[in-house]
Amino acid sequence: MNFPLLTVTAAVPAVGAILTAAVPAARRTAAKWLALFFSLATLALAVLVAVRFEPGGDRYQLTESRAWIPDFGVRYELGVDGIGVVLIGLTALLIPFVIAAGWHDADPLETSSKRWRPTQGFFALILMVEAMVIISFEATDVFLFYIFFEAMLIPMYFLIGGFGDRAHLGSDENAAAQRSYAAVKFLLYNLVGGLIMLAAVIGLYVVAGNFSLQEITAARAAGTLDMATNTERLLFLGFFFAFAVKAPLWPLHTWLPNAMGESTAPVAVLITAVVDKVGTFAMLRFCLGLFPDASKWATPVILVLALISIVYGALVAVGQRDIKRLVAYASISHFGFIILGIFAMTSQGQSGATLYMVNHGLSTAALMLVAGFLISRRGSRLIADYGGVQKVAPVLAGTFLIGGLATLSLPGLAPFVSEFLVLVGTFARYPVVGIVATVGIVLAALYTLVLYQRTMTGPVKEEVRTMPDLRLREVLVVAPLIALLIGLGVYPKVLTDIVNPAVEHTMSDVKQTDPKPEVAVEAKNGEEAK
Amino acid sequence: MENLIALLIAAPLLGAVVLLCGGRRLDKTGHWLGTLLAAVSFGIGVVLFADMLGRGADDRTLTQNLYTWIPVEGFQADMAFQLDQLSMTFVLLISGVGTLIHVYSIGYMEHDERRRRFFGYLNLFVAAMLLLVLADNYLLLYFGWEGVGLASYLLIGFWQHKPSAATAAKKAFLVNRVGDMGLSIAIMLMFTTFGTFAFGPVFGAVGEASEGKLTAIGLMLLLAACGKSAQVPLQSWLGDAMEGPTPVSALIHAATMVTAGVYLIVRSAAVFNGAPDAQLVVTVVGAVTLLFGAIVGCAKDDIKKALAGSTMSQIGYMILAAGLGPIGYVFAIMHLVTHGFFKAGLFLGAGSVMHGMNDEVDMRKYGGLRKYMPVTFVTFGLGYLAIIGFPGLSGFFSKDMIIEAAFAKGGTEGWILGGVTLLGAGITAFYMTRVMLLTFFGEKRWQPTASDSGSAAGSGHEPHPHESPKSMTVPMVILAFGSVFAGAFFEIGERFLKWLEPVTGYSHGNPPVSAMTVTAATMVMLLVGVGIAWAMYGKRPVPVVAPRGSFLTRAARRDLYQDDFNHVVLVRGGEHLTRSLVYVDHSLVDGVVNGTAASVGGLSGRLRKLQNGYARSYAVSMFGGTAILIAATLLMRAV
Amino acid sequence: MNPVNYLYLAALLFTIGATGVLIRKNAIVLFMCVELMLNACNLAFVAFSRMHGNLDGQIIAFFTMVVAAAEVVVGLAIIVSLFRTRHSASVDDASLMKL
Repeated sequence: MNFPLLTVTAAVPAVGAILTAAVPAARRTAAKWLALFFSLATLALAVLVAVRFEPGGDRYQLTESRAWIPDFGVRYELGVDGIGVVLIGLTALLIPFVIAAGWHDADPLETSSKRWRPTQGFFALILMVEAMVIISFEATDVFLFYIFFEAMLIPMYFLIGGFGDRAHLGSDENAAAQRSYAAVKFLLYNLVGGLIMLAAVIGLYVVAGNFSLQEITAARAAGTLDMATNTERLLFLGFFFAFAVKAPLWPLHTWLPNAMGESTAPVAVLITAVVDKVGTFAMLRFCLGLFPDASKWATPVILVLALISIVYGALVAVGQRDIKRLVAYASISHFGFIILGIFAMTSQGQSGATLYMVNHGLSTAALMLVAGFLISRRGSRLIADYGGVQKVAPVLAGTFLIGGLATLSLPGLAPFVSEFLVLVGTFARYPVVGIVATVGIVLAALYTLVLYQRTMTGPVKEEVRTMPDLRLREVLVVAPLIALLIGLGVYPKVLTDIVNPAVEHTMSDVKQTDPKPEVAVEAKNGEEAK
Repeated sequence: MENLIALLIAAPLLGAVVLLCGGRRLDKTGHWLGTLLAAVSFGIGVVLFADMLGRGADDRTLTQNLYTWIPVEGFQADMAFQLDQLSMTFVLLISGVGTLIHVYSIGYMEHDERRRRFFGYLNLFVAAMLLLVLADNYLLLYFGWEGVGLASYLLIGFWQHKPSAATAAKKAFLVNRVGDMGLSIAIMLMFTTFGTFAFGPVFGAVGEASEGKLTAIGLMLLLAACGKSAQVPLQSWLGDAMEGPTPVSALIHAATMVTAGVYLIVRSAAVFNGAPDAQLVVTVVGAVTLLFGAIVGCAKDDIKKALAGSTMSQIGYMILAAGLGPIGYVFAIMHLVTHGFFKAGLFLGAGSVMHGMNDEVDMRKYGGLRKYMPVTFVTFGLGYLAIIGFPGLSGFFSKDMIIEAAFAKGGTEGWILGGVTLLGAGITAFYMTRVMLLTFFGEKRWQPTASDSGSAAGSGHEPHPHESPKSMTVPMVILAFGSVFAGAFFEIGERFLKWLEPVTGYSHGNPPVSAMTVTAATMVMLLVGVGIAWAMYGKRPVPVVAPRGSFLTRAARRDLYQDDFNHVVLVRGGEHLTRSLVYVDHSLVDGVVNGTAASVGGLSGRLRKLQNGYARSYAVSMFGGTAILIAATLLMRAV
Repeated sequence: MNPVNYLYLAALLFTIGATGVLIRKNAIVLFMCVELMLNACNLAFVAFSRMHGNLDGQIIAFFTMVVAAAEVVVGLAIIVSLFRTRHSASVDDASLMKL
């Protein structure tokens, strides 16, 4: 066996987390730099994974396999396909930005010295989440995946409940109550999902006799492993429920606005851009791979739920008064698109959905982090407390606008490519669904522009007049994200080349082929190519 | 030579990037850089044009494939450009008029502290618009399509401190998005029908597709065109868009961007030719907008809004012509080009007037300005003569051709469309004469008090009308030159027809009346229109405060209540919808979950009471439990 | 004598003990009642041992006695310490463990 690159990629942030936590409280700054260093080291490893990965090669690469709990057939099996590679890349990429953006978010407060804020704990928890997310993307053993899928909740719980938004901190006890409500809600929703999934995991073991994704998928494809229709459907629902909570899909979404609203902006990014992606990723890998027939059976309902998510999330976003909750509802709308793309079961839809996961991560990170900078300046999350920021802080407003434009999928920015692929992929199989989903692009423009108009334009509000523009640290956080958004919007080929083979595998898992166009113009295409 | 195509776009794009990211150190020089790069683009355009003229009519299309933009199984979008005669026409118009307006803006925006950014946005617009007309597939066209939408959004809302400007910008973007929905659905339909959305393959395979599919694609493309070109029912944003600086209105909301819809329809000629039903809808939309815009233009007192109504109406002509099929495509584009000249000139003239009048826009507070602004008067006057179709000027030729083509459509349809276009010509003459009279003739009516609609810049000062600086008047003169001669130049020897025919195709139709009759009828309408305007606004003094007016006038002032309709149905309805959804989300969706949690909590509260801490009661339950167990065991035994 | 009579006696003793546990408040009395129940069980065990003719019951009776002795040691210690702090041997006063 070669060098265990995947294990190391996941282990580095875990080690970083332990070391960061061990730094004495007096040396806060050292802890921050240590955390940043480890996150960058993870990024380097993730890049190495991407480089070592051969897009045209085996389905799962860089595999590792060791016996773990032989009595139950649980193995420590890792491996990545193209989808895993890009999502590991996204995670490793975003964490340094999260850490840099949250540089001062966990500093002890001068105002309320009673409250003990373990600064190094904040960064250690972020690294811990990173390690667990990465290993979830790598695991090809269902049980191994399940463990980290659930374990992720623990550090997330403390991040949400322990380090609230400074915009509300110190104001009153109410804020603390809100925060703990949000944290408990997050935990309960995801635990219930996880519990149901656990039952399904055990059920899968009973049916299949082992937990290996590759073996089960292969056996399913070869027809050597038969599941009774009802068993398969129940198991599918068990898995899907957990992922739909995590993703989140309407009507299981209500934890997200609370969690994102109450946590600091970097943690909100961590939730929506990184942790939630495990849910959609797992739908693509586990639901479709393990239960292809049940997936097809459930498709109509899931598509309807996804459509509701898209339209409903966008409409509720329009009605929000709180910047961060608005972004949260916008994310719900976007997750609807991702799930739509996954279950449309066309190459374009699934490639689009995978790209969407990456692009949504980038765009939400850009928008949310800038929103966080804005909120930290004024100390309020309410949209109505802002106005005319553009005049006093043009760079902040400009980056906010670009983040917003990415959210509304403007062509030229990365999310457009993925959103259009999802729409085309859906339309090709389900024209009506595709057309309804297209309404989402109008609504996205509505909530984004309304947010921008109310906060950034108009007469300058008195409280905003002295607001400083972005600082160097903040520009360094946002600029690379924007560069990536533009780069991937104009040249998405770097990602599609990695993703496409994996999508073909998934398509063959579910035994689906793309609908053929009515009029074949392949020949003419060929001529043009020459 | 084809490698130059990307440079056409790259030059202004570079300008946009440098100006927007460059920071304050470019404040002093930024506008020159922006203008220079627009001019570079025009220069490259001219070189390519000369090269194109050097080749035969069938060999004029250039293509450049940079790379594959989105490669996914079965879905190929290329970053590829196609330069044919139609694109070339637009390239020259966009970069040419664009450069002139850059020059004009140097003077117009001189006192604005954010001038550098303004030029950055202008460059961004030019780049996006060039991308739109140079794209060789619909998805890339969509890229440019939304790109110009963004630039338009940024420029309409350039004076963001004014809430009205910010609202207008948002409205423009949103209404355009509705149109964009049409474009994306059209692309999806093409993809499912043809498996591609590149121009060549799609147009080549049109013959094999069913008419229903083509009609659907055509209607969706029309929806897109309606959004971008401010056609009924998506016209409402254009009037508000006049909140932007006047050079923007001239470039984006008169000469170039709003004509993108016409480009889209003419470009998709092959699709529309196969879908007569869609064509009919196109002509109806064009005809309705033609009258709608004209009527609105008659009632507005705001000079820019009157011109905006006029723009709408003129684009209605173009859309109508484009809907006529091969009879009209060429004339739609020809009118588009001449309109680009005279309408840009008119807007620049209006800007010049406002510049001299402390940004006052109410025409009732102008009057007699011809003495104070001679250059503006002459150039505006020539633009005026061109737009009403004064014989020999640009508008005369291009509009006359459209009216003839409308009659040539044949049948009842032809008569109705021809009648509408004739009527439109008359109304055009009326409202433009009104603008001319109110602004440049009559008594001076300006007052020291600042109006509420103007900006705060000149509050309380008596305006001192003065001629604008050279940087502003020179572009106006050049555009006036174009307004006068372009039409004749195009028409002599049917140059324009021969130039575009290889791309768009042409058929003569079978006009029921002779060309001379049509021209004569147009002249009569023109005279009637001018005459009525003279009688109403020339002969007697104009009140400074607008009279209440007839029902029609009041309706037209309010854009025929279309905005009010939108407000009541969409805005109010939307607000109620979102509010109730927020409520539903909070109390119903979340409520179910919270309710479950609460009932579990309540149940455990009850159960807790059992735990009273008395050893005896625990003992009782133990005994009771044991007794039940034993009884149950015995019972089972017995059974 | 019929060994069944011993079982009746054991049942009677057990019932008395149980009733005492349920109705008395004094911890010492309670304790004695518990002992009574244990010894009733012991009696039953021994009686069964006799009836079945093997020694299992008697051995278990010894276990029970050891447990009872240990219980007395721990239980009395608790009661004494409770009495020291609360100056009462009533079990109702020691209801702090309730939720």
